[in-house]
Amino acid sequence: MATGIRDKVAIIGMGCTKFGERWNDDAEDLMVEAFEECLADAGIERKDIQAGWLGSCFDEVNVGKSALPASMALRLPNIAVTRVENYCASGTEAFRGAVYAVASGAYDICLAIGVEKLKDIGYGGLPEFSSAMGTLSHLWMANMTAPGGFAMLATGYAAKYGLDINDVKRAMAHVSVKSHANGVLNPKAHLRKAVTEEQVLNAPQIAYPLGLFDCCGVSDGSACAIVTTPEIAKSLGKKDLVSVKALQLSLSNGTEFAYEWDGASFITTSKASTAAYEEAGIKNPREEISMMEVHDCFSITELVTMEDLHISERGKAPQDVMDGFYDLDGGIPCQVDGGLKCFGHPIGASGLRMLYEMYLQLHGRAGDRQLKDPKFGLTHNLGGFPFMNVCSVAIVGKYDG
Amino acid sequence: MIGITSYSGYIPRYRLSRMTIVQNMAWYFPVIMAVADGEKSVANWDEDAVSMAVSAAYDCMTGKNRKALDGVSLASTTLPFADRLNAGIVAEALNMREEGVSNADFTSCMKAGTTAAISALESIKAGGKDSVLVVASDQRRAKMATMSEMFFGDGAAALLLGNDDVIAEFKGSYSVNCDFVDHYRGAGKEFDYGWEERWQRDIGYGKIIPETIAGFLKKTGMKIEDFDKVIYPCYFRGTHTGIAKGLGIDKEKVQNNMHAVCGDTGTAHPFVMLVSALEEARPGDKLLLASFGQGCDVMAFEVTDKIKDFKGPRGIKGSLANRVELASYQKFAKFRDLIVSDLGIRGEANPNTALTVLWRRRKMLLGFVGAKCKKCGTPQFPPMPVCVNPDCWAVNEFDEYEFADKEATILMFTGDMLAASVDPPAVYGLLGYDGGGRTMLDFTDCELNQITVGMKARMSFRKRYVDTMRGFTGYFWKAVPRVEGGDA
Repeated sequence: MATGIRDKVAIIGMGCTKFGERWNDDAEDLMVEAFEECLADAGIERKDIQAGWLGSCFDEVNVGKSALPASMALRLPNIAVTRVENYCASGTEAFRGAVYAVASGAYDICLAIGVEKLKDIGYGGLPEFSSAMGTLSHLWMANMTAPGGFAMLATGYAAKYGLDINDVKRAMAHVSVKSHANGVLNPKAHLRKAVTEEQVLNAPQIAYPLGLFDCCGVSDGSACAIVTTPEIAKSLGKKDLVSVKALQLSLSNGTEFAYEWDGASFITTSKASTAAYEEAGIKNPREEISMMEVHDCFSITELVTMEDLHISERGKAPQDVMDGFYDLDGGIPCQVDGGLKCFGHPIGASGLRMLYEMYLQLHGRAGDRQLKDPKFGLTHNLGGFPFMNVCSVAIVGKYDG
Repeated sequence: MIGITSYSGYIPRYRLSRMTIVQNMAWYFPVIMAVADGEKSVANWDEDAVSMAVSAAYDCMTGKNRKALDGVSLASTTLPFADRLNAGIVAEALNMREEGVSNADFTSCMKAGTTAAISALESIKAGGKDSVLVVASDQRRAKMATMSEMFFGDGAAALLLGNDDVIAEFKGSYSVNCDFVDHYRGAGKEFDYGWEERWQRDIGYGKIIPETIAGFLKKTGMKIEDFDKVIYPCYFRGTHTGIAKGLGIDKEKVQNNMHAVCGDTGTAHPFVMLVSALEEARPGDKLLLASFGQGCDVMAFEVTDKIKDFKGPRGIKGSLANRVELASYQKFAKFRDLIVSDLGIRGEANPNTALTVLWRRRKMLLGFVGAKCKKCGTPQFPPMPVCVNPDCWAVNEFDEYEFADKEATILMFTGDMLAASVDPPAVYGLLGYDGGGRTMLDFTDCELNQITVGMKARMSFRKRYVDTMRGFTGYFWKAVPRVEGGDA
């Protein structure tokens, strides 16, 4: 009988670059920057790492295929390194590889690194992906972009709950206003400027009903983690361990797209979060989760995700958002580091960047945005589209054992 | 009895007022003011001769068994493929059977449609075939500020020919073929090159059409007074009426050349005019049809009692009524690729078309054929090996299921300004089909501000992409929301 991952693996070091338009840096520079911080934080040497996982998404415009780019940039000692790609969950997938390898007992110390160099494509937004979805899809699938794919969710959500689209838009605006406010406090964030609800609502339209400020930053960056067993961590002299409480993944199987779906939720997130709470031993997430970094690629994604994480009731997320429940001083602060919205979204790095913030908060090292005594931090990625996606949910917390 | 057993036509939704052309371009060539009355039909940016042919053909086959067709002939001078059977694309879109059929393109001439129809009728008469669909379609580009730009409209028409439930009996034909080159389009050239209008009128339309009609009457012993409608294309107004006068035809018996409502639709035009005439015809009416292009084909039909039972599909009348004025000349020029604008780097992405995939998935990609699970009855798209119903998951137990003729309800949608599009925003959404099944499609023939969740949509065969580097046009079906009017 599987016993889950809870408290079997500890994070002993993390690193994260400043995210942003890193015009003067290659992906290799970014990886080394994150890695050096992580290695120093862990207090180990390169040679102590026994296996590594690299997360990156768009190999067409990025470091390329295979894990060689990481192995070579970091001059890893000819160890096993594996590249993983699972859309926006790629960073969390790298983490999952490293964590499971340690938990299995196959290795003592493993590395997870994520990187994405998006600002080498010559235009705004994510790279065009029609040819990245297989030879069949581009022959018939709608001429879709990421904002358009998620924008549809807003129309579906408003229709399901009989809401005025303008009320949904106002709640979406507050989602972005909150993340911008948090980003101001974070020196590593890509976007560090506060915005008002009016600014958000009056911004140019990207994909109806999403405006510019409903969309997250597209950034370059890298983030990294080193994991081991709690026993080895202690033997290395580590105190106040941060351990993995849950790691769950859920993927669409095509039913949303081709069979049944309310068009106002993420089926995968609902399943992955339920499984994660069980794995972590959390009974009442609204009461027990201290903070979250969710996949706010678009404001509507964050809004709806609050319901699929079983924190806001169905149809009630706009109310919770408007009540400030997810603000920095709210019931569950969300996107404490600015989120994808303002910290930025170099895809392969994002899952690890979220864990980095949870790790800093749990260690009391989050500077101006430090929360008081957090216990559990939840991270969430959603890659793909509302109707067809890869969802990861991770929970980390203070080691309990 | 052989003849027409169903008919329909398709005129695209956009209409460009000729005054709009004049206002924008008369400074360059003021002569265009002489024909500035009425409006011309303009194919949407995602339409071409093949897609419009499918629209007309599909409509024509409403209530008919597409699997029973023995062939489809496509007539056009603006076919997207020089070597790939364009009629074959229409056939796949109709989900026709592949065995025991004979499909063909008739091209390079404005009378190719009537030539195709005569050929089909002869093969039916000979007993080799029971039912042939003949479609004519043209979407001709013209240089800015030319008479061609004023005269040409876009459209298609389809005639189902056969021997069962004949609506208009075929009463004979007669043809003249001569190398009269009023205009031509050289291989590989984008635009027509034409000779002086006076010569086209006097020695071309004005002589060849009446002489061929006279030849037909002589051959058959029929009299021009026998006919209730005489139908022939000619966009020169004076010449059009002059031909009738010369033949002694009463004014009201001459079928309008449709300059006012859609313009001359090229190869399609004799059929577009014929379908318009049939839409008003009564049992017993005799129709005489003539085409024009390197000669002339004349065909005679007599309408039967069956026309009373014929539940006309959308047809020319219906598609003319589905009208939105294209107020922007620039938009028209962009749609026809007459001006260069920037699609952005995002728009450069240009994967080729895997012809192996297109072959394996031709029913899905051209016919919009999905699957219906034999176990649980769930219609689904795209067809996959395992049933999409989580309570079933049967493997490879499907019947074909056509989505192209199903109505759908819009479940969610957006208008995407980021997606590279000729006509931004790119509007698309998720659709749930009447009878089950759902999928996501591009929308067309609508404006974003007209759409709501819950609105109904029907399916339309359109260009999905044009690979200009390799000369390949890809097609798929799009959703046309049931909007009223528009503000394009």
